[in-house]
Amino acid sequence: MQLTVWTYEGPPHVGAMRIATAMKGVHYVLHAPQGDTYADLLFTMIERRDRRPPVTYTTFQARDLGSDTAELFKTAAREAYERFRPDAMLVGASCTAELLQDDPGGLALALGLPIPVIPLELPAYQKKENWGAAETFYRVVRACAAQHAQSPAVQRPRRADGLRPRCNLLGPTALGFRHRDDVVEVTKLLDELGIDVHVTAPLGASPADLARLGDADFNVVLYPEIALPAAKWLERTFNQPYVKTIPIGVTATRAFIAEVAKVSGVSQPIAETDSRLPWYSRSVDSTYLTGKRAFIFGDASHALAAARIASEELGFSIVGLGTYSREFAREVREAAAGYGLEALITDDYLEVEAQVTALQPEIVLGTQMERHIAKRLGIPSAVISAPVHVQDFPARYSPQMGFEGANVIFDSWVHPLMMGLEEHLLGMFREDFEFHDGAAPSHLGHHDAGPAEAPPPAPAPISIGWAPEAEKELGKIPFFVRGKARRNTERFAAESGVATITLETLYDAKAHFSR
Amino acid sequence: MSSSFGQQESGAPTLSKPGCDRTILRERGQREVFCGLTGIVWLHRKIQDAFFLVVGSRTCAHLIQSAAGVMIFAEPRFATAILDDRDLAGLADANDELDRVVARLLERRPDIKLLFLVGSCPSEVIKLDLARAAHRLTRSCSPAVRILNYSGSGIETTFTQGEDACLASLVPELPEAGTQERSLLVAGALSDIVEDQFRRLFEDLGISPVHFLPPRRAADLPPVGPGTHCLLAQPFLCDTARALEARGAKIIPALFPIGSEGTTEWLKAAADCWGIRHDRLEAVTAPGRARAAAALARHRAKLEGKRIFFFPDSQLEVPLARFLCRELGMRATEIGTPYLHKDHLERELALLPASARISEGQDVERQLDRCRQDDPDLVVCGLGLANPLEAEGITTKWSIELLFTPIQGYDQAGDAAELFTRPLSRRERLEV
Repeated sequence: MQLTVWTYEGPPHVGAMRIATAMKGVHYVLHAPQGDTYADLLFTMIERRDRRPPVTYTTFQARDLGSDTAELFKTAAREAYERFRPDAMLVGASCTAELLQDDPGGLALALGLPIPVIPLELPAYQKKENWGAAETFYRVVRACAAQHAQSPAVQRPRRADGLRPRCNLLGPTALGFRHRDDVVEVTKLLDELGIDVHVTAPLGASPADLARLGDADFNVVLYPEIALPAAKWLERTFNQPYVKTIPIGVTATRAFIAEVAKVSGVSQPIAETDSRLPWYSRSVDSTYLTGKRAFIFGDASHALAAARIASEELGFSIVGLGTYSREFAREVREAAAGYGLEALITDDYLEVEAQVTALQPEIVLGTQMERHIAKRLGIPSAVISAPVHVQDFPARYSPQMGFEGANVIFDSWVHPLMMGLEEHLLGMFREDFEFHDGAAPSHLGHHDAGPAEAPPPAPAPISIGWAPEAEKELGKIPFFVRGKARRNTERFAAESGVATITLETLYDAKAHFSR
Repeated sequence: MSSSFGQQESGAPTLSKPGCDRTILRERGQREVFCGLTGIVWLHRKIQDAFFLVVGSRTCAHLIQSAAGVMIFAEPRFATAILDDRDLAGLADANDELDRVVARLLERRPDIKLLFLVGSCPSEVIKLDLARAAHRLTRSCSPAVRILNYSGSGIETTFTQGEDACLASLVPELPEAGTQERSLLVAGALSDIVEDQFRRLFEDLGISPVHFLPPRRAADLPPVGPGTHCLLAQPFLCDTARALEARGAKIIPALFPIGSEGTTEWLKAAADCWGIRHDRLEAVTAPGRARAAAALARHRAKLEGKRIFFFPDSQLEVPLARFLCRELGMRATEIGTPYLHKDHLERELALLPASARISEGQDVERQLDRCRQDDPDLVVCGLGLANPLEAEGITTKWSIELLFTPIQGYDQAGDAAELFTRPLSRRERLEV
């Protein structure tokens, strides 16, 4: 059992729903107890879709358990087919139905429906949402495209001269963080490079579209958490190489262009006029961003991309990096080692909270959950990854990928930080009644926010005392670095055997750590 | 639980006549409803020193997070102990695990006085004995923390039935009232402002002592005994009522306090029980009735003659339909409810217009067909259906809000009506 205040991912069948809802002509029959239809709200409310997800639930109740829940499933599947006439049907179980062991896959196949029926085995007590989405996408791709596979020995015919190369975009789903606009931005980028997008999947694709996947020259994996197993299968089956770089950030977008050019054989230079991040970041207004201590957490792809942007493109210092995507733990560990850190690989919200509390960063780049932590600790934060809430499915064009994505990122990450002049003035004048210590940045408009000295949940007990004048001096340090100063001083005192921290100790510690 | 809605149902929709003289359409199929865990979203705010620990799967955690997380940025007073495959392997082990999780939780939240272990579909299906776990943990944690258990699983409870199960689990904990003492107990979580209004009205009527279940703090559990007379403030409290009766309390039959008529009848039922003279009731309720009448007149102009269709959700549908039809002149085409407790709703049903179709249970696709055919002016439904129906051009009122908004009593009658006029006004306003 795991104590869970917030969960980073839903159960795997929600991942399967994201695939079914993203696609056209697919219906999902889910063996699930009454109440699991809450998942519809994710799509109708958070993503504001204008139609119901293509999901039929059996919604069995306690009184059904004594009778034939398998029959209930068969009826639901049959009626769903008759009503919705899909081109393909996914069938599976939610966590409770998994315990009943009715075998939805076998039952649905026995119905003899005249469409492909794709059984899903999603172990709900071991795996989670992204795994469920990846597994489902892989199964659907196989079911639809396998019949067109040729022997691996057959070489892909070269595209005729004068024809533009074409690729598939793999990974965007329903309920994906900025998937809608990332697809537009990457499609535009590829078009400028002279490359056509053949099929985008699963978002907007039908089973017939998936059957055509093999006709593309290569694949672009936008979201490896979802599309990597499918891309690897397509590589084995159709000799389609796939592009591994994820174009989030200016450096990454350049690397993406280089990799696409290599894979496709195009050699078209591309104008970077859309990318304002490099100049914005170089302009002197951004100088104060240098060395801002950032904590980064999210799914692996977004966390890795964010770390690179934060360190190479914005000049932040990364003090913590982690992910809840265990499937990509190795990549995140490697990246963290590059920043001299140990990666935090966990899906335990309380562990993340403890680390943020211990590190006292100046900005938290994370998920909706890290917004909770940051709010509690009074630290500025921006959302870089799912899970997200309704405000992160905005009406306006808001990609994370490509050059426009970098513009969006610059604006949204810098926004929560106190602006430079205000930061200076706060450091100089501590007792202003209005722009007081710990008040939220005044450009955010929360004038009456109380002092935001963090109420840390159960910090390690420290036996070292503070002399009053040292405590007072600590209060003169701007609040967003004060937590760090306190910890450093206490650590310095502990290491050098000082029992009471005086003014001297405070400045000794400052000198010690500024080396 | 299941005995509380014991009517026989087969696969096909059935029409049957219960005690009251009405035809009820009974259906089963896909039910687009919440499970009882959702009750935690408001209960954790009502009982301020209680904590709700769901023992379930990641789905359960995801559900409460999705239902409540939109609004909740502070640390909530609920969490989930997520079962994993090790727990499914052997039951003895699961109890140790539960003890460990509870210990970690109580360490983190020392302010907790009352902890509910909330059963879910997975914990019910694997028959994890949470009642016994609650007993065991109470022994080790008392007197600091009291630990109770109820089921909020989807297989046993629908949405507001979670509150019923929670309150029913509290009833055995209530202190024994002196046998001679006559007291009024109001059952059902009400918003604090409504609770205070009712408290003042009962005081003016001369009814005392008055207690409310649930209380705002775990230490303030109301006493119960043979002298206790109980008014139900919510229509979904079947098991709670039965548990109170088992403690000797008497349920006062009444309309539910929604709208001016419902509130008056509800207060009158208690007043009659206390032998309070009619003119005193008239005098005490007159200002409230006058204010409600003034507030409702404005909304009646907008709602009169409009046709309304209710999808099943909370069991509030029947009293709400009675209020909207009788006090605001709406015409109900279908009134769907997840369960119809004949005893508690008898008076309500008698006041519903004969033309309204009443349905119990759900086959959502067929009900959507009927809804489209009825072509109502306003549809009350859950959030899974609301935006899709809006996209079809059908105006909707999302039903969960009816649980999160003070709608009971005289001074909320206008607010309750406004919840239904707002979507219609909005549709008129928008030019795009």
